[in-house]
Amino acid sequence: MGVQDDAIVQTRGLGKVVPSGEGSLTILEDIDFSARAGEAVAILGASGSGKSTLLGLMAGLDVPTSGRVWLDGTDITELDEDGRARLRARLLGFVFQSFQLLPAFTALENVMLPLELAGADDAEAQARQMLDRVGLGARLGHYPKHLSGGEQQRVALARAFVMQPRLLLADEPTGNLDAATGGEVIDLMFELNAAAGTTLVLVTHDENLARRCSRHARLAAGRIVSD
Amino acid sequence: MNLVLRFFLRDWRAGELTALALALLVAVASITSVGFFADRVRQALTLNAHQLLGGDLVVSADQPLPAIYRDEAVARGLRTAEAMAFISMARGPSGAQLSAVKAVGAGYPLRGRLRIATAPDTADAEADHGPPQGSVWVDPRFVGLTAASIGDRLDLGDASLPVAAILTHEPDRGMSFLNLAPRVMMHLEDVPATGLVQPGSRIRYQLYVAGDAAAVEAYRAWLTERLGRGQQVQGLEDARPEVREGLDRAQTFLGLTALLAVILAAVSVHLATRRYVERHYDGYAVMRCLGARQARLASLFGGQFLLLGAVAGGLGCLLGYGAQAVIGLMLGDLLGTDLPAPSLLPALQGSVTGYVLLLGFAVPPLLQLKAVPALRVLRREAGAPRARPLLAYAMGLTALAALLVWQSGDGRLAAYALGGFGVAFLLFALAALGVLHLASRLGRHAGFAWRYGLANLRRRSRANTVQIVSLALGLTAILLLAFTRSDLLEAWQARTPPDAPNRFVLNIQPEQREEVLEFFRAQGLPPPELYPMVRGRLMAINDRPVRAEDYAEERTRQLVEREFNLSYMALPPRHNAVIGGRWFGPQELAQGALSIEAGIAKTLNVGLGDRLTWSVAGETFSAPVTNVRKLDWDSMQVNFFVITTPALLDGLPTSYITSFHLDEGRAAAMTDLVRAFPNLTVVDTSAILQQALSLMERMVAAVQLVFLFALGAGVLVLYTALLSSQGERIREAALMRALGASRAQVSAAQRTEYLAIGLLAGGLAAAGAVAIGAVLASRVFQFERYAPDPWIWAAGPALGLLCVVGYAWLGTRAALDAPPLTVLRQD
Ligand SMILES: Nc1ncnc2c1ncn2[C@@H]1O[C@H](COP(=O)(O)OP(=O)(O)OP(=O)(O)O)[C@@H](O)[C@H]1O
Ligand SMILES: [Mg+2]
Repeated sequence: MGVQDDAIVQTRGLGKVVPSGEGSLTILEDIDFSARAGEAVAILGASGSGKSTLLGLMAGLDVPTSGRVWLDGTDITELDEDGRARLRARLLGFVFQSFQLLPAFTALENVMLPLELAGADDAEAQARQMLDRVGLGARLGHYPKHLSGGEQQRVALARAFVMQPRLLLADEPTGNLDAATGGEVIDLMFELNAAAGTTLVLVTHDENLARRCSRHARLAAGRIVSD
Repeated sequence: MNLVLRFFLRDWRAGELTALALALLVAVASITSVGFFADRVRQALTLNAHQLLGGDLVVSADQPLPAIYRDEAVARGLRTAEAMAFISMARGPSGAQLSAVKAVGAGYPLRGRLRIATAPDTADAEADHGPPQGSVWVDPRFVGLTAASIGDRLDLGDASLPVAAILTHEPDRGMSFLNLAPRVMMHLEDVPATGLVQPGSRIRYQLYVAGDAAAVEAYRAWLTERLGRGQQVQGLEDARPEVREGLDRAQTFLGLTALLAVILAAVSVHLATRRYVERHYDGYAVMRCLGARQARLASLFGGQFLLLGAVAGGLGCLLGYGAQAVIGLMLGDLLGTDLPAPSLLPALQGSVTGYVLLLGFAVPPLLQLKAVPALRVLRREAGAPRARPLLAYAMGLTALAALLVWQSGDGRLAAYALGGFGVAFLLFALAALGVLHLASRLGRHAGFAWRYGLANLRRRSRANTVQIVSLALGLTAILLLAFTRSDLLEAWQARTPPDAPNRFVLNIQPEQREEVLEFFRAQGLPPPELYPMVRGRLMAINDRPVRAEDYAEERTRQLVEREFNLSYMALPPRHNAVIGGRWFGPQELAQGALSIEAGIAKTLNVGLGDRLTWSVAGETFSAPVTNVRKLDWDSMQVNFFVITTPALLDGLPTSYITSFHLDEGRAAAMTDLVRAFPNLTVVDTSAILQQALSLMERMVAAVQLVFLFALGAGVLVLYTALLSSQGERIREAALMRALGASRAQVSAAQRTEYLAIGLLAGGLAAAGAVAIGAVLASRVFQFERYAPDPWIWAAGPALGLLCVVGYAWLGTRAALDAPPLTVLRQD
């Protein structure tokens, strides 16, 4: 079985088993999943069903115990850590369930970080522009601890989007937000999706967010039960 | 590179690097302060070697040098100058002063220049010769002691000479703390008129030689073959061996002291880096997630630490430079030569120290970052990499050992120092742990604050022990100087009974004996006992010629090279005890025998029955050792290493010496004594002791400055350890308040913890200082009783409290200022 031509991310027979206590715990089993360029997919499922694990495997943050993952046609299970990191840098943005902003960096510096790591010359200008777009143009010099949860989430989004990734993996991007702020963040994502054709793969419990997605994949006990 | 700088600035701004930078700063400053000062001294010694010697070569002896030495030098086209140095009384309008007289001939000094002024503290100028015949020059110290001024007449022996100038600089004077008497310089031609060259006077004869280097070398080779016993030649390379040796030792000592600060700083570096790394796990994982490669991140973080080393090292060097200037001010004039500006080499040494610390103590925790998986961004538990304590300890110990060896220049000394530090650390740690456990047990029945605070102490016992031990080590250093030193000094002074002799009178000629005793009677002073003294050189032990080079210790070499003060008597001196053999009986008195002091017997490896051969005024005799005496040197009585039976020294040139106690109110009597007998030398031992003490005080002050760095480093450990436990403390405080504890209760509990740390560290430091004092007292000073000042037990804990009080306040405030909700909501 080969790779789908238009799939930006694809998994085949993906499984993750971790040792636990005496035996072992199967977190994911035989996952076949793919997302086409420009698509918006919501991954749904109960807590503990393996959503974050799946997202992490697709981003190459962890290695599967079985099966394969292709990112933009490259089999990342054959790459080493650094190889996967390089691919991530080129291809994808990630929004974490818990924001993961660097506390010693200001909002602006957090957004500049991926650009700086990639060696961009105009990191600051691009980051300012992106923060403007998420409505934080006035909070550039603030540290994460001085920003509210919603504001932090928007900085995290700006950081994910500033590289104009072709694939955005977001783990509960609205999980910590109230309905109104969550709505703003959702609007923002789809705006960016529409403007740049970014593929969205979103893990969420949020009905509002799920409704905006064109496809829903449902996980239960480590298996895809509907797609 | 650019990015490294930006990351560095961000972390710096956020205060992530402060503790680490401070630790490095203290370490580098401590090392460089000593390094810069030592460098200046070394430069002064090498650059000015010619001047310090007063020539290219100096021949010296305790008997007049053969004229051929000078004639040969002149024949080889070299310049020469002659000098004589001796101790004598100089009487001015305001009394008699014991002085170091130097009589110089034409041409002196051959290298370097004398400087003179018209009064002390006025502008001076170079002089191109010594004092003209018929006049003397005196140094500012002489003026300070006697209030002499230009034009005053000074009586030296039988001569009376006017003071013509104030001698402000003398190139070959050497370190002033070796010169206890002030200088009077006169012309060589005036010496005979003083009548001071008499049997028994100790005079140093010197011949200075200078000229073309090759000719000097050739002359030296010619001379070396002809040198007799008691004659020495010094060249540039061995100029002032006593100065060099003293400085080397002082430098090693100061260097090791500086290392105490470095070792404590190392603990801070380790703690601070660990905290830094823990706080950067998340950021590291995020950057991995953002696609940064391992090598990239390694260079980013590594680069930051390199930069940190450069910044903290640079600032540390500046601080060290400032501190050495202070040390230089305190000690510089003791060296008797101007100190040149330091070179930059010690800065390099300091920077290397900083980087070695980083390598040994920051790199192991830093390496853990590499093991942080990107997965940590999703699962926190996935992230905390295993520490590798073995690697960390191995690297740390290696780094420290390397620094110690480097600093002390001696592997054995380094091993001792490392072992000493290690044992001290271990003992303090065990004591601290024990007390912590005991305290928490006792605190169980105390009120909330004490119970809780003490229980916390035990729960965090590992971190707290490190804090307590480090602070205690720093405080020990301070207490040692503040208390133990004066305790030891007092004990030492107390060993001399108050009515012990405080004046020595030397050079009493045989025919003056009766008159001198009569003088004492006339003054209403008890006539003292006069002891005959004859100068003799030890030529052979059991017919084996004595040669200086056969002895390993510099002190022993000097001892056998110099002439001994021999005495003769039929009855044993009152304050001596015969501990081996028997005092001279009729048979010994008839055949000739020797009595030797136990200490010198051991030094020279001479025992009962050994035959010693002596040369006195050209005559040689030998006799067996038939008894060994033990002396009480503290009695301040006249004592002799070797006493012979009277017949052996009969008829040889003899002078008499005595010591007695003079009430300070009768000091003027000595001026009268010297006026009546100009050739006598009166030594005021209490004044000399006082002067030696004040010099020591100044050296101690300099050492104290270096010890301050150690205390600073100890306080820093406290600070870094506090930072590492701060998160935990804040969370705990929030939880307690959420559970209903009042603000006052929480802060009291936390303050109890700090106060206990301060008290404990201070108490341990006091115990440490007392223990070291006791060891020094019994091993080094051989005191029977040593009673430490009881105030040390109050001062130690008080100092400890002073060190923690800031933290107790600030740390608790920080823990309480965050609203419990915010704290508890995080994670
Ligand atoms: N490395 C691991 N070791 C042990 N257990 C793991 C590991 N990774 C995940 N798990 C377990 O696998 C299960 C799935 O985890 P995952 O985080 O993917 O769930 P999730 O669907 O994202 O849940 P939530 O909606 O609560 O975020 C959980 O029970 C989790 O505890
Ligand atoms: Mg999850």
